[in-house]
Amino acid sequence: MAAAALRRCLTRRQSIPRVSPLLPLTRLISDSTDPITIETSLPFKPHLIDPPSRSTTTTAAELASFFRTMLLMRRFEIAADSLYKSKLIRGFCHLYDGQEAVAVGMESSLTRRDAIITAYRDHCLYLARGGDPVSAFAELMGRKAGCARGKGGSMHFYKRDANFFGGHGIVGAQVPLGCGVAFAQRYRKEGTVTFDLYGDGAANQGQLFEALNMAALWKLPVVLVCENNHYGMGTAEWKASKSPAYYKRGDYVPGLKVDGMDVLAVKQACKFAKDHVLANGPIILEMDTYRYHGHSMSDPGSTYRTRDEIAGIRQERDPIERVRKLLLAHDFATAQELKDLEKEIRKEVDAAIAKAKESPMPDPSELFTNVYVNDCGLESFGVDRKVVRTVLP
Amino acid sequence: MLGVARRRLGSGTVLGQLMQTLRPAAAPRTYSAAAKEITVREALNSALDEEMSADPSVFLMGEEVGEYQGAYKISKGLLDKYGPDRVLDTPITEAGFTGIGVGAAYHGLRPIVEFMTFNFSMQAIDHIINSAAKSNYMSAGQISVPIVFRGPNGAAAGVGAQHSQCYAAWYAHVPGLKVLTPYSAEDARGLLKAAIRDPDPVVFLENELLYGESFPVSAEALDSSFCLPIGKAKIERQGKDVTITAFSKMVGYALQAADILAKEGISAEVINLRSIRPLDRAAINASVRKTNRLVTVEEGFPQHGVGAEICMAVVEDSFEYLDAPVERIAGADVPMPYAANLERMAVPQVEDIVRAAKRACYRAVPMAATA
Repeated sequence: MAAAALRRCLTRRQSIPRVSPLLPLTRLISDSTDPITIETSLPFKPHLIDPPSRSTTTTAAELASFFRTMLLMRRFEIAADSLYKSKLIRGFCHLYDGQEAVAVGMESSLTRRDAIITAYRDHCLYLARGGDPVSAFAELMGRKAGCARGKGGSMHFYKRDANFFGGHGIVGAQVPLGCGVAFAQRYRKEGTVTFDLYGDGAANQGQLFEALNMAALWKLPVVLVCENNHYGMGTAEWKASKSPAYYKRGDYVPGLKVDGMDVLAVKQACKFAKDHVLANGPIILEMDTYRYHGHSMSDPGSTYRTRDEIAGIRQERDPIERVRKLLLAHDFATAQELKDLEKEIRKEVDAAIAKAKESPMPDPSELFTNVYVNDCGLESFGVDRKVVRTVLP
Repeated sequence: MLGVARRRLGSGTVLGQLMQTLRPAAAPRTYSAAAKEITVREALNSALDEEMSADPSVFLMGEEVGEYQGAYKISKGLLDKYGPDRVLDTPITEAGFTGIGVGAAYHGLRPIVEFMTFNFSMQAIDHIINSAAKSNYMSAGQISVPIVFRGPNGAAAGVGAQHSQCYAAWYAHVPGLKVLTPYSAEDARGLLKAAIRDPDPVVFLENELLYGESFPVSAEALDSSFCLPIGKAKIERQGKDVTITAFSKMVGYALQAADILAKEGISAEVINLRSIRPLDRAAINASVRKTNRLVTVEEGFPQHGVGAEICMAVVEDSFEYLDAPVERIAGADVPMPYAANLERMAVPQVEDIVRAAKRACYRAVPMAATA
């Protein structure tokens, strides 16, 4: 017992910089890679399948990196809220705070050769796939340094080199698209999978069932992930869905309901799902999660749910707090170290915003770029074609 | 199955077309040693075959494209040759399979999505426009969509209102799409091969009534490397008195009209547009600057149609060259009726094109007394 404690003490004091799969980590927080076993908070609820074990394996280093990444995502979204209120972000802005465990747990079970596609609540998926906060803030503010050079906006973040396929504004459209990405992966015999994310609102879309049918027929390596935050815009799940048991909605397709606020449960389920779909075709994962913000920045989020409910989730199920407790309980970090880390993340986010603000708006000529891949001399027109008429670059 | 039966009954001329395909494929006529004739169907089939052979990332998906050999037999033989991984029979779920096709294109494959007719593409139009056309722009070039959406467009014969609409104007409206409308067998081969090779989403509007028509094709057009440029119209017939623009089936009608007009001393220049987006404004304007008169012909509904765009393109660039108002011949502004006489009134006929050309040439029978 004492020897173990001593060993833990010694490993904890290492300060060798370590690059985690998600973010660099240079702290006195333990970076030990000794495996430990942690039970998920809740059992998995299965549909037509034997669920994975509740015992998950992790390490201090992994937990610390989960903590750091979720914290970055949390601060990012809160900063985006501020920027929107200062009118630096325009149009739509859909925030993910509360749902971080899904993005982080999922990413930890995948390689960058696997693909992810989601709808418009996409900032944190972009960050999870290695997207840099500067380019994300710049895109939100419509600047040149944005990940889509300012041409996409909040709902259209992409990172092709990390197989992150966006960023889609039409509810449910991403589901068949993700099945198509999986189709290509199978066609090319890549041995990779696609995680195809949608919400409880999109879960009723007809095209989802059309795509799922084909995915099952053709055994596509696609995991449909329903991020059930219980409200489709302002409509509670039980008001929109005759059956809100989204993990069962696949009928002949197996499913699993997962505590989406428990990053280790998410990681376990996603690993399980990846192995399953490579052998058997599609599966549905329902992540029971929650968003603290309203549907978008135009929605206070309190007309259709109570402040008590929101505060209750924050108190009882916050994904970051859960990992904090684990880190403290296992003595992988002190409370002060974690607080210092939070300060560091805040600084990092502020610095990213400052850098993003320096980036200029796109050059007017960008109006006409990327309309086609093969433009070759095609004409295009501005509002007044006697004034603005161009040959596409 | 029921859906297929429903649509089969709707295509009343399939049997007629089938009869024509029963003769051996590529049977050359003997009147000219150089001129070989093939049908549009054969042209499309050979284009698909060659492009699938040349590039393993090209695959075909759609209803009945495989085992059934294609609802209109365009994909005949392809399943046997390339197997079920590359020729996919889909369920009757356009929104789903079009989305899957676009997603496959996101990840670098080159899908050809067949719509049994473009009327059914409306079920999938969100994917064509929002998922395919706009992606390269929204992603600043990260996500390109090298996909072809093809199938019969416009009126067939007696298929009624829901199976007869022309979508050229709808799709050509959207930046990010390319919209092609072949007429002859050479067009069909060259444009389909170009569409499949093109890295952008292409809407390829065929015509069911043209599938069985034969056209002479050059040896060059039969070569597997043959490609036509996208965005270039073809002057089918040179003329000096009036320009007639047309696409798809209407090109044939315009040529017939030109023959009739020639007998009355009017030399009509017939432009086969081949490409609705991008529209070959340069060719149209050059022709109008020569003839000074223009008749636009299309099968689809008139309001906000292709002819309206062509008229504006000419007014903007060549107004001073016009000696007469631009004339427009289009389908009637009504849903397509079934009765044969009403249907005939709803679709342009050769005499309509002749009449409009004469009006443009101030040779029409006066409607009111003139001085």
